[in-house]
Amino acid sequence: MNLELILFIVLALIAAVSAVMVITQSHPVMSAIFLILNFFALAGLYLLLNAQFIAVVQVIVYAGAIMVLFLFVLMLLNTSSEFKVLTDKKFIKFFALLISAFVFVQLAYLIFFTKPSNAVKGNLNVSSQIGTIQNIGKELYTNYIIPFEAAGFLLLAATIGALILAKKKFE
Amino acid sequence: MYQNSTEIFQMMPFIIIGAGILLSIAVEMSIKKSELILPWFSILIFAVSAVISIAGIQQESVLFGGMIAAGGKAAIFNFIFNVGAALVVLNSVDYIKKYGTYYGEYYILVQSSVLGMMMMSGAKDIIMIFMGLELMSICFYVLAGINRKKFSANEASMKYFLLGAFATGFVIYGIALIYGTSATTKIDDIISGFNRLITNPLFVAGFIFLLIGFSFKIAAFPFHMWVPDVYQGSATTVTGLMSTTGKTAAFSVFIIILAAIFSTHSINKFTPYFAAIASLSMLYGSIVAISQDNVKRMLAYSSIAHAGYMAIGLAAGNISSESGIIFYLAAYTFMNIGAFGIVSIIEGENDTQLGISSYAGLGNRNPVLAAFMALFMFALAGIPPLAGFFGKYYVFIGAIEGGLTWLAVIGVISSVISVYFYLRVVVYMYFREPQEEIKIYSDNLSLSAVVVSGLLVIIFGLFPDTLLNLITSALIR
Amino acid sequence: MNITEIIVVSLIKIVLVIVMILVAVIFLVYFERRISAWIQYRIGPNRVGWKGILQTTADVMKLLLKEDIVPSASNKTLHTLAPIIALFVAFSTYAVIPFGPDVTIFGYQVKLMVADVNIGVLYVLALTSLGVYGITFAGYSSGSKYSLLGGIRSSAQMISYEVSMGFSVAGVLLLSESLNPQKIVLAQSGWMWNAILQPIGFITFVVSAFAETNRLPFDLPEAEPELVGGYHTEYSSMKFAGFFLAEYANMIIASAMITTLYLGGWQIPYIDKLGLGVTLTTLLQVGAFFLKVIFLLFFFIWVRWSIPRFRYDQLMSLGWKVMFPLSIINIIWVACLIMIFNL
Repeated sequence: MNLELILFIVLALIAAVSAVMVITQSHPVMSAIFLILNFFALAGLYLLLNAQFIAVVQVIVYAGAIMVLFLFVLMLLNTSSEFKVLTDKKFIKFFALLISAFVFVQLAYLIFFTKPSNAVKGNLNVSSQIGTIQNIGKELYTNYIIPFEAAGFLLLAATIGALILAKKKFE
Repeated sequence: MYQNSTEIFQMMPFIIIGAGILLSIAVEMSIKKSELILPWFSILIFAVSAVISIAGIQQESVLFGGMIAAGGKAAIFNFIFNVGAALVVLNSVDYIKKYGTYYGEYYILVQSSVLGMMMMSGAKDIIMIFMGLELMSICFYVLAGINRKKFSANEASMKYFLLGAFATGFVIYGIALIYGTSATTKIDDIISGFNRLITNPLFVAGFIFLLIGFSFKIAAFPFHMWVPDVYQGSATTVTGLMSTTGKTAAFSVFIIILAAIFSTHSINKFTPYFAAIASLSMLYGSIVAISQDNVKRMLAYSSIAHAGYMAIGLAAGNISSESGIIFYLAAYTFMNIGAFGIVSIIEGENDTQLGISSYAGLGNRNPVLAAFMALFMFALAGIPPLAGFFGKYYVFIGAIEGGLTWLAVIGVISSVISVYFYLRVVVYMYFREPQEEIKIYSDNLSLSAVVVSGLLVIIFGLFPDTLLNLITSALIR
Repeated sequence: MNITEIIVVSLIKIVLVIVMILVAVIFLVYFERRISAWIQYRIGPNRVGWKGILQTTADVMKLLLKEDIVPSASNKTLHTLAPIIALFVAFSTYAVIPFGPDVTIFGYQVKLMVADVNIGVLYVLALTSLGVYGITFAGYSSGSKYSLLGGIRSSAQMISYEVSMGFSVAGVLLLSESLNPQKIVLAQSGWMWNAILQPIGFITFVVSAFAETNRLPFDLPEAEPELVGGYHTEYSSMKFAGFFLAEYANMIIASAMITTLYLGGWQIPYIDKLGLGVTLTTLLQVGAFFLKVIFLLFFFIWVRWSIPRFRYDQLMSLGWKVMFPLSIINIIWVACLIMIFNL
């Protein structure tokens, strides 16, 4: 039992429990808070995999920015508790169950019936360095420069779109 | 990373559109009268980009470390996107004036959506497909609701966004599974290992998710729920853009990711899927369109049916059906943009004059417009010798070659059904007396866009072989 | 060093840092009141202890002994959680700030920072981006309109200024080619302080730091005239003290970050030319770090008592239309510097 394993178990437990709490809480704000906790645990798991960049971005972007805006909206709406949408629509419930079952079966298949892919079997020294910031930066600015620029245009278009739909008044 | 001059030249369409977007933003910010500049600037960059694309058709090259391809079939697609978008912009100038809501962002978003489409059609890496898809879709979500004062536009935007996001979820989940099973995002690697990967059920599941996600975007039957409301609620010119070039872009992705099947070294496991959505879309679109009195809504259902015809080609999965699809897409783009152009001319303020009764007597009052509308309706119905006929013809030939004669038969049946509602418009135009006073705004720009698309439809119809040979040669290379 | 030694050394460092901050905050509050009095030509606290130096201690005692009032309309869990989050964020950020070069004590190589993290700068950014939760939860859970408005204002403000903060830091990273705070400090040897090389980035970072710490002229979340007390209107006793402590601790961390990123950290230019002994040099350097931090703290207080509060729309347009473009210009400027001079 080394430190890494202990950390993994603790973080994984936090992640799983908080994920369950997200969907069982009836109060939307509480759900959001547990989602933040879940993001944290995930960030910790990423750190264990030596993926520092993803870990930090997970915290800065998801927990620090996106969830704040979520909370922002929830607080402004000030919903006391969730509307019960699912109770009287059996079909939707069935559909949700079906999707969950599918995902479960697929994950089970992944875990029990597939072999680790080549990326995992490869040189551990190399693959453990992939997630560092230096490597991600290098990849982004060489091999993935075009998707990177594309993401820039995507965000630009999204910003313009949000502005035009949300701007209060046009003269 | 050294790029030689040919590659730079092939990259030019992307560079031009990308720089054009940034320049347009600068113009919109700094110049008061930007509405006089931006449309023409957009048309200029679209035209230049189209010309450069088609000039590079003879040479296909993969750029930037295997991320994106230019030339070859991507050149044809880029040509369709750019010319289509240029026509839509030409169409929009007066349409926007009619509604009195000018936003310079409109043109910027049209340019951005074209950039997204070009990324999709040239993608050599699944990441590029996804980036392009999102860029295009986000622009469309906003464009659908750009007429913010209209309730129906807001509804259209919202519906499109929710279902589009749902589709994106499918796409990204599929991509995750594909990456997980193949350990690569490079499309070439996936294609070369296709026969090995196809035995993995997770890969097949991921692939089907990807196909479902894009089936939303082409508006095929079980995933069509958003189409009628969105097409009806959006501004007519925007509908013209997303029903044609958007569909073309989604089909270009199908063609890219199914390349392993098209090059016939792999069995087509997905034939049942495509055959199902093709036959259902054709029949559903054609039958439901019969009962539509709103021309925009009728064209929306016809768009579903056309997605079905094109999906026949995907089900058949051979090289002739593939070139048939591309031909069909080119033809469909221009006849639909023309049809929506005329709808946008006739449309009055606040969603009036969209019903079929507004077209009554058009043959007497405005013979030019009526003649072009008749042309587009005949073309959409697939009456020879117009472009629409040859599109269907090549796709059906491909289906018969691929041993799917029954699908071709369903296609023919549904074409016959569709003749009813297309000709209904023509009948109204020439053989009915107008019941109400219809005020048609004179606008020469929209008319010129309609004329250009009409000419393209006729040219494609008169010389189908030339275009088809061009497409086939680009595909085989 | 084996695991136990690492843990022991780290624990000692953590305790040291926490004690240091607590003491520093106590004096900081006192000095703030004295300096404000000086600026406003008043006398300031002068009764408790010599020249009133024990005033803050007395205030803390008073706060601890007060009744903890929790409003009945509040969300009790969150109401308690909020100050804890604020404190946690404020304290854990200190972990990566180097306040001196590596030293050797009793044969151990000791780093004068709690944790030498490769991505230290990002760690700080991540934690400060979480700081907003303390305030947001406080605003929401109090069940009061003033608090809610304060919380919402602060989340909008902090998210807006985080952007220009991040972009300003990017300029620093370009020059130092590392995210490790110690390496960033080492990269600013001699006169090459980032404040001199990239003055625009320095200004945007300092302004963003003011906004992130909710200090005047950016203290809209608490804006007394309009929002009573903002997010901590409904707080009393220990919990209020927690927020108070966190605010001043944040001020210290902001000063320390500015020092590390832009003012050469613990470095004194050309001190190695003087030929002093290793111990003396190290002591001087640690002293220099604290001196710089103290100067910045004075600057914080000085600004607070000199500049009036922004209006909300002014705050937003300053953030998005001035600071954000400036920070991008700074990146371009730094990139040009590197290209031309091969720094």
